[in-house]
Amino acid sequence: MLAFEHLDRRAFLKKTGLVGGVFILGFGEATFTGASPGLKSGESGQLGVFVSIDSQGQVTIASHRAEMGQGIMTSTPQIIADEMEADWQRVEVVLAPGHPRYGNQSTGGSASIRRYFTYIRQMGAVARQMLEQAAANHWKIKLEDVQAVKHAIKNKKTGAMLGFGELASAAATLEVPSVENLRLKTEDEYSLIGKDVKLMWQEQIVRGETVYAQDINVPGMLIACIARPPVVGGRVKSFDASEAKKIKGVVDVLRMKDRPLPADVNPVSGVAVLANTSWAALQGKKKLKIEWELGENARHNSESYKQELIDKVNAPGIVARQEGDVHSHSFDPENTVEATYTLPYQHHMPMETPAATAYFEGDKCIVWTGTQTPQWGQRKVCQELGLDEKKDLDKVEFNQVLMGGAFGRKGKNDYTLEAVELAKATGKPVKVIWSREDDVQHGFYHSIAANYFKAELNKDNNSDFWLQRVVHPPIGWTFDTSKDRPSRGNLSQGFADIPFDIENLSCETQTLTTHVRIGWFRAVQNVHNAYALGCFVDELAVKAGIPTREMWLNLLGSDRHIDLTKEGFEGWRNYGQEDPRHALDTARMKHVINSVVEKSGAEDKVDKNEGWGIAFATSFNSYVAAATKVRVSDNLVKVLEIHTAIDCGLVITPDRVKAQMEGAMIMGLGLASSEITIADGAIEQSNFHDYPVLRYQHCPELFVNILPSDKPPGGVGEPGMPPVLPSVVNAIYHASGVRLRHMPVTKTHTFI
Amino acid sequence: MLRITVNGKLVELDVDPEMPLLYALRENLGLTGTKFGCGVGLCGACTVHLDGEPVRSCATPVSAALGSSVTTIEGLAKGEALHPLQEAWLDNKVPQCGYCQSGQIMSAVALLEENAQPSDEQIEDWMQGNICRCGTYPRIKKAIKQVATSKKG
Ligand code: FES
Ligand code: FES
Repeated sequence: MLAFEHLDRRAFLKKTGLVGGVFILGFGEATFTGASPGLKSGESGQLGVFVSIDSQGQVTIASHRAEMGQGIMTSTPQIIADEMEADWQRVEVVLAPGHPRYGNQSTGGSASIRRYFTYIRQMGAVARQMLEQAAANHWKIKLEDVQAVKHAIKNKKTGAMLGFGELASAAATLEVPSVENLRLKTEDEYSLIGKDVKLMWQEQIVRGETVYAQDINVPGMLIACIARPPVVGGRVKSFDASEAKKIKGVVDVLRMKDRPLPADVNPVSGVAVLANTSWAALQGKKKLKIEWELGENARHNSESYKQELIDKVNAPGIVARQEGDVHSHSFDPENTVEATYTLPYQHHMPMETPAATAYFEGDKCIVWTGTQTPQWGQRKVCQELGLDEKKDLDKVEFNQVLMGGAFGRKGKNDYTLEAVELAKATGKPVKVIWSREDDVQHGFYHSIAANYFKAELNKDNNSDFWLQRVVHPPIGWTFDTSKDRPSRGNLSQGFADIPFDIENLSCETQTLTTHVRIGWFRAVQNVHNAYALGCFVDELAVKAGIPTREMWLNLLGSDRHIDLTKEGFEGWRNYGQEDPRHALDTARMKHVINSVVEKSGAEDKVDKNEGWGIAFATSFNSYVAAATKVRVSDNLVKVLEIHTAIDCGLVITPDRVKAQMEGAMIMGLGLASSEITIADGAIEQSNFHDYPVLRYQHCPELFVNILPSDKPPGGVGEPGMPPVLPSVVNAIYHASGVRLRHMPVTKTHTFI
Repeated sequence: MLRITVNGKLVELDVDPEMPLLYALRENLGLTGTKFGCGVGLCGACTVHLDGEPVRSCATPVSAALGSSVTTIEGLAKGEALHPLQEAWLDNKVPQCGYCQSGQIMSAVALLEENAQPSDEQIEDWMQGNICRCGTYPRIKKAIKQVATSKKG
């Protein structure tokens, strides 16, 4: 039961079976930041532990970022262990609970390493330096005269060695060095970074031993299934639970609290059936008779909404970025391409549906859940219970387990809060489980979107006049119903940050009413923006009669670093990254595009009915190009192979980068077949039969090329997704001459 | 009392015979390695062996298992010794989130028991009922082929 280790000192001691001689490095009251570490060492007090070493030399590292399959529970400890000079064979990992003492734990935006690489290294360096100091003290020599070498400290003068385990208790008594006095390794000293180390918990997974939120079992707990209003903003008018209560095992039926909009990440009300078994709860839920008050979002129909989006995106909009003057130009119809693209709502569909457990011990609320945002969850639980988020924070113990996939869905803790609401109402431990139908119909959807382009080609097969617009319901609405347009951050995701060197450019958006909960979905706004741009560049290339790669290279222009705030995009955000080494870099873009074409052979001759499509996207400070080959006949599409090339800066765990790229290709190709549609405010899909995700027979051969880079680490979990779908759609065009602008592909074609 | 054999042990269950085997395994017997993914036979996350045949335990009532022998992911390894497919899974670093993997492995074991040398197409056909949202299909295929090839002898 690996996931159940509480990460406090007591548990560490129990786990290691030791009573003394343990070095534990953790956080005191203060939050660990680069500037003020607030670290404490020693054996007293309850510390949020991140590194411990027992007298046998066993190192245990807390994975403080949430694990959803991306492999961060290997990669973060790998960085810490490298900086410590620990032997990977003697490192164990446990999951940290949610608590501000761990620094930022919000796991999204492909940020874990991209934004916290140095901070994570500092954690390891602190531990190493204290061990070194303990050894120096022992030998009565200077710190400079010792050096950590593979799980031991070496006396540089005599060659003598002391193991980590032998030094643990002495190190525990030392002062924690300040960040200014830390020596970080140089790149050539890395021993684990960039290596394919053994991945954490793989054996437990193949043995079926890992624990997910669905698997939590607390003695005496009730299992809850909730019938939720079919429309966002709806509520229960009345209900009859008499039939439900007749089911053997059903203990109680409760009306959930009404929750007015904004939806936020709150539960959505409804009726909960609480039972001794999942089966009884599921049966009971089916027997509920509920009359709903649906509210005004019941007028939402995605088909007519899509038309509204298309109309809006074809009309003048609100300017987000402008250079030169595109509006007084009269486009030459001979050389102009104009196109509108749409992508429907999408759902995350993580393999594990949401689940969470909550109970009380005295006035303490104990939560077991799997979430990408444990600290936000902890604060929301405080609010739910009327506790002070600062003073009472420790009254909410927020335990994390593995997530069976998340893709952005589990950044929202609505399911966790449902468990807390019901545990409070019943006074018993409650596990809330979501059926697949619940998951599909009560999600936080990837926004439906329409993108429009109009561009004129010049004699150099480039463009000097470019107009583009995007319209989509914004994530902001979920939190504030007055939000009626994409935020600057949304527009910084593959839209107004377009990296082309165009003299006259206008990037515009439009206001819109939102009717469903919109959320972050792997790569977020980049998904539809890169899809539309990737297809449009291909259309321009076709118009110009040149290979698509050449069109991209022309549009990207000279090798340069782009600061979009100086190119007409006020409020541009480079994924929160200010480090100039993360500057948008056209040379890196061109390099991945060239690499993918050369490696895949995307410009080689193909057989009749076959075609290649390529596309490129930069997101989360990484650069990815995709090339796809398809065969098309009679609207039957066979995807033959997909290639990606990624430059994500320094790579920590190459195999997990590869795995993320494989997953992104599979999910990206899946977007060609899936859509969430809405009728009268309610989601029309319900399970894998009508929201299909990619299965074996549609999975082509996949190739990943990770390009060496001397830049700092960029994102990995998300950047692979955006260029995949447009490469598929372009390939269909080049194989068949049919240009698809409205997704999914399966509206007109069938994948074989 | 309903009697079935699970991972070689005879167990007695006091449950609704119509209850899917999935919940009996997970909640009555604490064998949580078998997962819920869809509840209606569409995803394969709940795959176990019933007298050697792969079944979707979410769509198999306990009554259908009476007197039969059920093997779950927990019963696959012989103590420390992993099943060759589990080993191959590790060699190929297959799991991402891991949630679908018990079902994938149980399906793959049944495949190789039925057909020790499956072709690519046979692997795809057999495994198509097992979804992996993380996208581990190519590695699963490689792992299956690795074991199939090594058996060739
Ligand atoms: S849970 Fe049984 S097939 Fe999906
Ligand atoms: S590994 Fe996550 S669903 Fe397969």
